[in-house]
Amino acid sequence: MALKIVKGSIDRMFDKNLQDLVRGIRNHKEDEAKYISTCIDEIKQELKQDNIAVKANAVCKLTYLQMLGYDVSWAAFNIVEVMSSSKFTYKRIGYLAASQCFHESTDVIMLTTNQIRKDLSSPNQYDTGVALTGLSCFVTPDLARDLANDIMTLMSHTKPYIRKKAVLIMYKVFLKYPESLRPAFPRLKEKLEDPDPGVQSAAVNVICELARRNPKNYLSLAPLFFKLMTSSTNNWVLIKIIKLFGALTPLEPRLGKKLIEPLTNLIHSTSAMSLLYECVNTVIAVLISLSSGMPNHSASIQLCVQKLRILIEDSDQNLKYLGLLAMSKILKTHPKSVQSHKDLILQCLDDKDESIRLRALDLLYGMVSKKNLMEIVKKLMLHVDKAEGTTYRDELLTKIIDICSQSNYQYITNFEWYISILVELTRLEGTRHGHLIASQMLDVAIRVKAIRVFAVAQMATLLDNAHLLTGNVQRKGICEVLYAAAWICGEFSEHLDNPTQTLEAMLRPKVATLPGHIQAVYVQNAAKLFATVLKSQEGNTDSTAAQETSQLMIDRLPLFVQSANLEVQERASCILQLVKYIQKLQQKDVEIAEEVIALFAGELNPVAPKAQKKVPVPEGLDLDAWINEPPSESESEDEQPRAIFAKEEPKHSRPRHTEVDEKELAKRREARKQEQANNPFYIKSSPSSQKVYQEAPGVEHIPVVQIDLSVPLKVPGLPMSDQYVKLEEERRQKDRADKKKKEKKKRKEKRSGRGKRHDSGPESEEDITPAHMVDIVTEEMPENALPSDDDDKDPNDPHKALDIDLDNLMEMAGRRPLADSEKLPVRSHRAAEVLKSPAQDGDAESAASQEPKKKSSKEKREKKKDKDRDRKKSKEDKKKKKKHKHEEKGEDLLGGQAEEPVVQSEATSEVAAPPTSTTAEVSDLDFWLSNAPVPSNTQEAATVVAAAEAAPTSEVASGTAPDSEPDEPKDTETEETKSSKHKKKKQKKEKEEKEKKKKKKHHHHHHHSDGGGEESVQNGTVEEEEPLPPMSNYCLLAENSYIKMVNDIQGNLQDGSQVVVSVIFENKCDSFLKSMEFNVLDSLNSKLQRPEGSGPHDGLTVPFQLPPGVSNEARFVFTMQSIITPQKLKGTLTFIVKNEDSSTHEKLDFKLHFTCTSYLISTPCYSDAFAKLLESGDLKCSSVKLEGVVMPFHHLLARICFRHHFSVVERIDSCASMYSRSIQDHHVCLLVKTSGQTVSIDAKCDEPTLLGNVLDEIKQTFSQC
Amino acid sequence: MIKAILIFNNHGKPRLIRFYQYFAEDMQQQIIRETFHLVSKRDDNVCNFLEGGSLIGGSDYKLIYRHYATLYFVFCVDSSESELGILDLIQVFVETLDKCFENVCELDLIFHMDKVHYILQEVVMGGMVLETNMNEIVAQVEVQNRMEKSESHMERMLLRRHLEPLSPHSHELG
Repeated sequence: MALKIVKGSIDRMFDKNLQDLVRGIRNHKEDEAKYISTCIDEIKQELKQDNIAVKANAVCKLTYLQMLGYDVSWAAFNIVEVMSSSKFTYKRIGYLAASQCFHESTDVIMLTTNQIRKDLSSPNQYDTGVALTGLSCFVTPDLARDLANDIMTLMSHTKPYIRKKAVLIMYKVFLKYPESLRPAFPRLKEKLEDPDPGVQSAAVNVICELARRNPKNYLSLAPLFFKLMTSSTNNWVLIKIIKLFGALTPLEPRLGKKLIEPLTNLIHSTSAMSLLYECVNTVIAVLISLSSGMPNHSASIQLCVQKLRILIEDSDQNLKYLGLLAMSKILKTHPKSVQSHKDLILQCLDDKDESIRLRALDLLYGMVSKKNLMEIVKKLMLHVDKAEGTTYRDELLTKIIDICSQSNYQYITNFEWYISILVELTRLEGTRHGHLIASQMLDVAIRVKAIRVFAVAQMATLLDNAHLLTGNVQRKGICEVLYAAAWICGEFSEHLDNPTQTLEAMLRPKVATLPGHIQAVYVQNAAKLFATVLKSQEGNTDSTAAQETSQLMIDRLPLFVQSANLEVQERASCILQLVKYIQKLQQKDVEIAEEVIALFAGELNPVAPKAQKKVPVPEGLDLDAWINEPPSESESEDEQPRAIFAKEEPKHSRPRHTEVDEKELAKRREARKQEQANNPFYIKSSPSSQKVYQEAPGVEHIPVVQIDLSVPLKVPGLPMSDQYVKLEEERRQKDRADKKKKEKKKRKEKRSGRGKRHDSGPESEEDITPAHMVDIVTEEMPENALPSDDDDKDPNDPHKALDIDLDNLMEMAGRRPLADSEKLPVRSHRAAEVLKSPAQDGDAESAASQEPKKKSSKEKREKKKDKDRDRKKSKEDKKKKKKHKHEEKGEDLLGGQAEEPVVQSEATSEVAAPPTSTTAEVSDLDFWLSNAPVPSNTQEAATVVAAAEAAPTSEVASGTAPDSEPDEPKDTETEETKSSKHKKKKQKKEKEEKEKKKKKKHHHHHHHSDGGGEESVQNGTVEEEEPLPPMSNYCLLAENSYIKMVNDIQGNLQDGSQVVVSVIFENKCDSFLKSMEFNVLDSLNSKLQRPEGSGPHDGLTVPFQLPPGVSNEARFVFTMQSIITPQKLKGTLTFIVKNEDSSTHEKLDFKLHFTCTSYLISTPCYSDAFAKLLESGDLKCSSVKLEGVVMPFHHLLARICFRHHFSVVERIDSCASMYSRSIQDHHVCLLVKTSGQTVSIDAKCDEPTLLGNVLDEIKQTFSQC
Repeated sequence: MIKAILIFNNHGKPRLIRFYQYFAEDMQQQIIRETFHLVSKRDDNVCNFLEGGSLIGGSDYKLIYRHYATLYFVFCVDSSESELGILDLIQVFVETLDKCFENVCELDLIFHMDKVHYILQEVVMGGMVLETNMNEIVAQVEVQNRMEKSESHMERMLLRRHLEPLSPHSHELG
């Protein structure tokens, strides 16, 4: 034996170790593969030896080779051998190799179960740690099931190192073995408050992962997380929690309201960008969930947008990227706030970083309006030309099309421009998106009737110059455009200037090189064109022209008849025969054109993309049943060509509705008109008020647009869209002028009905009318189409299985541990270890003996029947489980379990069990969310119960009116009295719900009275949770009976002499306010920035009008010379109040107050930089004392942060350092200390006057409250 | 969740790969190649986030990377991770390597892939962040290294004990 060991060790000295292997591979660069294969042979030899050290060395080398891409699964068994070594060194190598190459289908995994279990229970924590780490990578459903209990035990290990690993791995176990979630959850929740921050963070991590997939089940944890959020200092944990809240708020808007304040405070106070960013993100999520605008939310939005702007303007590309990313989230709900930063976003389009450009593109999508669409697209087109690399260019292309086509072409005012943009896009080299352009062309041409003339002309040009598109290289993507071009020219051939020429172009021999499906369309549409040409030529006296055309067809079509493509061949031969027949008739001088045209007659309507899917299956139709007997094997070959047709555009198949009877059609049309009339985005085609402005009255149909000959149509090499931009500009100006005139006229005529439109919107962009009255035909949907629930969820998502109602679990944990089926499987010889407590043993027994009853109780909980038996049983249960460990979990319900008949036991167990902090904290979610004060002592409890009853929470609302039960249990009530009460309760079942609620309130109260030591903590939290009063920087500027103005002043970081005054104008009266003009009397020091060319006393026009009850915000920039003293400027707002029949001129005077605070900009500062600043000695000192400040310190800080634009540098207990910077780069440092009601602020600044003024302002802020 | 951690050099040679989701070896290599292709063509002064890795994940996933001298550290993560947080984590990881290897360079990673794995295991476990405190990570790594050392020391002692009785025996043979 000894010899063997020695031999092994000596052998080892000659073996290659990992380093040798690496060195060898590096030295054999030329024949690496060969060298490695010899190494693998050596490794195989080594693995055959008995010596574990040799094996471990070999396995270690295999791990390296695995990284290089070699499959080492053949050594799986040896890996298991090394894993089971008693030495930590080898064990670690084994587990590492296993974690790199084991997976669910590795069959030796099932051999590892016992070894892993042994390692998990090893006295050496690092053996356990290594096993947990390895297991986290290769856990299988079997391992998860077999080891779940062992891991759960480890969650309460004495060493935090093991606890945190055990907690983390539970997530993997849940994924593989969802049944373990319910039994493990109480303990997991407990770990949220583990004394070790690492364990806490791990628990937060796991719950966040779980909650991200099934957020609704974790809503009830919100109070606990809220507490963690306000108490934790670990940024990792904070980020996770804040992200989690982002996922929860959409489910519970009240939660959002509660979050806004603490998040806003964090935004102001944190110096960590990662945390700030996540806070902003979650605030955005909250604001999205609270779609209704509360007054102080506009401030939150402004804050977010402002912070994001700072991120985007940062030189750090990462922050820029994230800023844009978050901005796009705001865009969805508050586009206005983002649109004001258009400049910044357009600037990002020029960024050298592609990721940033892509993000900026995303944002542009939501920022377009009728006004700026052309300008934005023009800019994008420039980028298309400049772009290097096809991916980015393709991205630009799709974005341009997305932007233009969004919401039914809502923003396009000039479709000629759009068509020319599309035509320009066809000139892109090597794009993949020809198909996209083609479908846009088709869509626009079909749905915008007025544009057809123009579109047809453009498409004819495209067809004529098809060689440019196909080029010498096969430009696969772009020739798709010809598909659209051919179809449009054929379908709307009546609009063609020179159909013969187009027909000729479509029958060129070169066409045969195009893809089959395009040729097919060419052939088909050549036939349509032919029909049109015939019609136009037949009227002539000379019939030779018509015959020539037929001859042209007969000459050219045989080319297509020979096509290899079946579709082309079939169509071509069909049409060829037809034309031959026509030719015969022509020679007999028969008038044939009408009949040929009839072949292609009929109006075509666009069909919605999902229409086919939505056709409901008629009753009695079984789609799976055979209509005919299944074909025999040999026949099936004939079905091949299907695929060719399937690829065709859906529009290609021309549904002719001629058979549908006229009545039905009329009915549908009526219905559609009705719907269109109600659709604000639908541009109406019927002669409406809009139309009257533009066209002479009486023109019944859409005017055919005269193609402006200033635009060269026939030169495909020239960009044309630019000219349209110019033309459009001119048109809009003219329009505006016209409209003003007409409006005046109209007012005289007092046609109130028509006047309606003017009131429709305050935005000026509403005033832009489309260039031509377009008839955007809405897409057709089948009748009785089913509402689509596009369930994109992946049915294989492992997280689906984890959608388990945990509230219910927590509610019942005390009384009924878990159903038998939910118990984790326990190996018999380890049972004692797992079910340590006698109480649990008892549970197991009772569970076993009562299994059938249990099941019934489960059913009944849902069906609410057979309550008596359950009550008895539950009483039994209760007795047994009184001491149960998990009892303290029983609370926290959110309505879902309102039918729960057995509520009493919960309260009882609460009394009996020593309350833990978990219970104390987690009160009923509704209660928590209702913002009612949390009781902190027994005396208050009664009031709280009443208050909670009265509180308008959903829970209370669902109950009956509050009444006082005489036998309401007292704190000290024994179980017996309760059970007697149960009997009473049985008689009035309907009161149960309500009662339970009381009890719930009551057990809060238990905690406060029972958990003596708890109380201080609780008090602390009460203070923490007490929401800050809503703060808004907007203060009243002036107000009269018509209008109210509030304003906020912010410094501009970019320009040290500028401040931006945001004024919200609110229309308070019932009239329309318009022509608002804002003016101030400039002082020497401060001046309102006016547009170039206007005089120093001219007012600024407010760029919007205000319908009744509407408010809107405008910004004014002021230039400041000196910022060290506060200033006041006098100003006036003039406006016109317009009623139905009168309008009056009104004015409102105001005084704009520029405080020194408004020149400060909250700037994060690191504590070391702060210390240096203080040491530098450049700063002047000053201090101030505030007396009688009764507010928590963090409120005080938040207030200074918010009102005076400071950020917290550091906070230690009741002392905090704060920093801010003025727009002219003065540093302002504060040291805030509090003791009792006295707050002393020591301040330093390089400008003493400024400092004095800022301190005065702070003082004033606190004297007001 | 972190789906994969890849470390490769400026030429795309892998120095450490750690997938938290199973991929066959050839797929792993393909992912490395694709990731390298995406990351290497980016300038150093552009942002550290990247969307569009087609092989792992899909739209929910992002590549977050840092480039240090000759090495790229790439984390493939889903939307539950904070972008800036992961960047910090990479920094923590690299600083930890620096501490454990004393001025870490690519060669350390080349020759001690196993050790790098052991360090990483103390930072990330099963795709979830385990520890972000560098001192804690270093402490745990060091304890385990000491255990390893003491084991090999014991082995050497054991070996010597066996060799001693053997030498007179061989002497005898001689």
